[in-house]
Amino acid sequence: MATSKFCSRLRNVTRLSITNSGSIFPAVAPSTIRHAGIGRTHFTYAPESPPTNSGDTQEMNMFKAINNGLALSMEADESAVFFGEDVAFGGVFRCSMGLQERFGKDRVFNTPLCEQGIVGFGIGIANMGSTAIAEIQFADYIFPAFDQLVNEAAKMRYRSGGDYDCGKLTVRAPCGAVGHGGLYHSQSPEAYFAHTPGLKVVVPRGPIKAKGLLMSCVAEPDPCIIFEPKILYRAAVEEVPIGRYVTEIGKAEIVRKGTDVTLVGWGTQVHVLIEVANLVEEKLGVSCEVIDLVTILPWDVDAVSQSVKKTGRLIIAHEAPLTCGFGSEIAATIQESCFLSLEAPIQRVTGWDTPFPHIFEPFYLPDKWRCFDAVKNIVNY
Amino acid sequence: MVTQQCLQFVHYSSSSTCVVVLASSWSHEIHTPLHCFSLYLQLYHSFTQLRLSNWNCLHLVMRVTWAKKIFNQFSAQCLIHKGNFTTSATFGPSNPKFPIISNNFTDELKFTNATSYGSIPIYRILGSATEDEAMANIELEEAKYIKMYKDMVTITVMDKILYESQRQGRISFYMTNSGEETVQIGTAAALSLNDVVYAQYREAGVLLWRGFKLKQFMNQCYGNCEDIGKGKQMPVHYGSKELNFVTISSPLTTQLPQAVGAAYALKLAHSDRCVAVYFGEGAASEGDAHAAFNFAATLDCPVIFICRNNGYAISTPAREQYKGDGIAAKGPAYGINTIRVDGNDIFAVHNATRAAKEWTLANGKPVLIEAMSYRIGHHSTSDDSSAYRSVSEIAEWEKLQPIARFRQCLEKYGLWSEEQEKEFVSSIKKQILSDFAAAEKNVKPNWKEVFTDVYYNMPDHIKKQSEAMAKHVDQYKEHYPVELYKQQ
Ligand SMILES: Cc1ncc(C[n+]2csc(CCOP(=O)(O)OP(=O)(O)O)c2C)c(N)n1
Ligand SMILES: [Mg+2]
Repeated sequence: MATSKFCSRLRNVTRLSITNSGSIFPAVAPSTIRHAGIGRTHFTYAPESPPTNSGDTQEMNMFKAINNGLALSMEADESAVFFGEDVAFGGVFRCSMGLQERFGKDRVFNTPLCEQGIVGFGIGIANMGSTAIAEIQFADYIFPAFDQLVNEAAKMRYRSGGDYDCGKLTVRAPCGAVGHGGLYHSQSPEAYFAHTPGLKVVVPRGPIKAKGLLMSCVAEPDPCIIFEPKILYRAAVEEVPIGRYVTEIGKAEIVRKGTDVTLVGWGTQVHVLIEVANLVEEKLGVSCEVIDLVTILPWDVDAVSQSVKKTGRLIIAHEAPLTCGFGSEIAATIQESCFLSLEAPIQRVTGWDTPFPHIFEPFYLPDKWRCFDAVKNIVNY
Repeated sequence: MVTQQCLQFVHYSSSSTCVVVLASSWSHEIHTPLHCFSLYLQLYHSFTQLRLSNWNCLHLVMRVTWAKKIFNQFSAQCLIHKGNFTTSATFGPSNPKFPIISNNFTDELKFTNATSYGSIPIYRILGSATEDEAMANIELEEAKYIKMYKDMVTITVMDKILYESQRQGRISFYMTNSGEETVQIGTAAALSLNDVVYAQYREAGVLLWRGFKLKQFMNQCYGNCEDIGKGKQMPVHYGSKELNFVTISSPLTTQLPQAVGAAYALKLAHSDRCVAVYFGEGAASEGDAHAAFNFAATLDCPVIFICRNNGYAISTPAREQYKGDGIAAKGPAYGINTIRVDGNDIFAVHNATRAAKEWTLANGKPVLIEAMSYRIGHHSTSDDSSAYRSVSEIAEWEKLQPIARFRQCLEKYGLWSEEQEKEFVSSIKKQILSDFAAAEKNVKPNWKEVFTDVYYNMPDHIKKQSEAMAKHVDQYKEHYPVELYKQQ
């Protein structure tokens, strides 16, 4: 290392006031770095096109699309409030920038630092028929609210015989790998919540989906959790319709047609899979159908089954650990619905059964080469 | 009227009850102990009339409480015991004994709030009448104070270098301690090495004081093969069992109840050790904080809660974090001995912690310290605090210059000089930079460490995954940065 150059730079640092917003999450550090993790993205973003007949569009990254969706939701529904830790100044991922100025402190506000409080408070607002949109700063920190989500939000309608519900609650939480987030800024906890009847769980793969799903979840008469892959907030840019539109909850999307292998993923992983599909087409001459599951609960069994009946092979890939990851549920269901069509055992390419490690992230993720290898194996079975 | 009620009651209960407990507030009927005695006689008379005198071993005990000053009320209890039977009943307007609280009654309808009490004062020494007295002892503990000062300076230099190195993309993340060095070092110096520390993440000074080497800080920030944590956590998540500093975890406030449990175990083991647990005023809002305070108080745990109140939790100012008289006010509410200190006053912080430690060990009970300070730096390298606070606000707090004030004190007593300052700053810079360079050069741990330390023994399913990945990496070498990691 050029120690002398480094020293001279340091001498110029008089006060720790160097400003550079959000350099670790979600933007990436300079590309000259030789260290694993930093500045490395494990996927190439594949933008989607705006839905047909959705009107004028504008180029937006994912945090802007979410900001736009929040603003439209609050405009349309006077009872809607948006709250969470640090949301007043715009949120640590900038999703709520300008909203407090626009809608006032009564409707967009910071809460004390307490996730169980945030979700419980949101349930109460929804109980009264008002719309609650809550932000949990990181999905890794949703667990203090686990009880409120799993025992309260999810079961309120059931336990009251439909008398009470908190369907107007939507919880947003940034999830997933970011290159250098380590144990507690990288997790994908969707499977914990998928195990909870009463909740709806969705994961967008980019700006268009993020906004559409947000609008749908806010309108949905059941409590919803949106896990937003944080690495996409800035990196993912698309032409997003500026008006209102919804992305149907419970419906998967075929993002790439193919005939030999079905690849299922959600969030960032969809982009890995699209890249893999191109790669195997080029290197192995294999045609993959890529499905973005979009909704984890209730998931689109029909879409996946239909595809697998056609291809006879299924690979599911997700960042969360293998054991009891949501891929397990898909595999179990599809072997039942497509048993006679399967040409090979269903494969899962996932994060390992370990916590999410900081410096070893490149060896932890179900990256394109692990997925590529899985395709190779499944066609050669 | 009361006598009437008593008679009715005795009449009613005589056939079935052996014991009568009478507890009442008769402010209008009984004004002196004499009145009370006459009531006693009347009651005794009624009992006798009701042939209670036939009972064996009849005792009638009347207890009168004369709450003269405050409520002008009496409470009286008649207790009659027969055999080993005991039943009781209350009648008339009563003064029940609710547990734990002091049972003062009032007929004034009034809500109590933070303004009903005076705000808990901020303990300080510098600039106070006792400053000279405190300073007088400074020479007696010269070595300690010099180390305290040096460590504070070291933290500021290390912060600058590591912060800047993150800016250059050399490490992935960093959090500075600026503005809170006094709280860190002042408290740390009052603890023994065998006391156990649970920290949040802005307590690097505590760890430095305990003997963590500069290169150990750097190794952790780089997650290289000499990092104790084997590169598994983000930078600043230090830990060292050797130094009784439990490895930091990002999820806030989880360390609080854990620290209480640790203190309980130490107490049960009859050790002379206590636990110190650090947390921010933001973290104090989590449910775990409530659990910890309540457990520590009810289970009598020798733990010192040290709240670093630096005014912000990322962008959220303290005024949006809590109402009332701050974090300190929670202490007495939980039954915890509490002190609020000026976090910019090294002597106050140090004294308060010393006293807290002495008290917690002598009494086997918790103490809460709220150290008032200000987070001079950004929350972390992910944050730009100009988005939510003004430059002039920061400048105002920077004027306090707690480290410079400490230096002045040391110089005043001839314990430190300009020359020493220059020499120390330049040597510590040199050392940090060379340790930094060494840490940067060092390879990462072997990548298979992904799979270790999940369990004590690696279960088969993880072994299989490890083997599968090894095979994969071998096959696709060119796509993995294996050269940055230690070879087997
Ligand atoms: C359970 C949990 N929720 C949210 C976060 C994100 N977070 C990290 S630091 C922080 C602010 C903490 O403020 P404070 O406790 O006052 O400590 P300070 O940073 O001021 O030292 C937040 C919200 C977290 N780490 N853990
Ligand atoms: Mg704080």
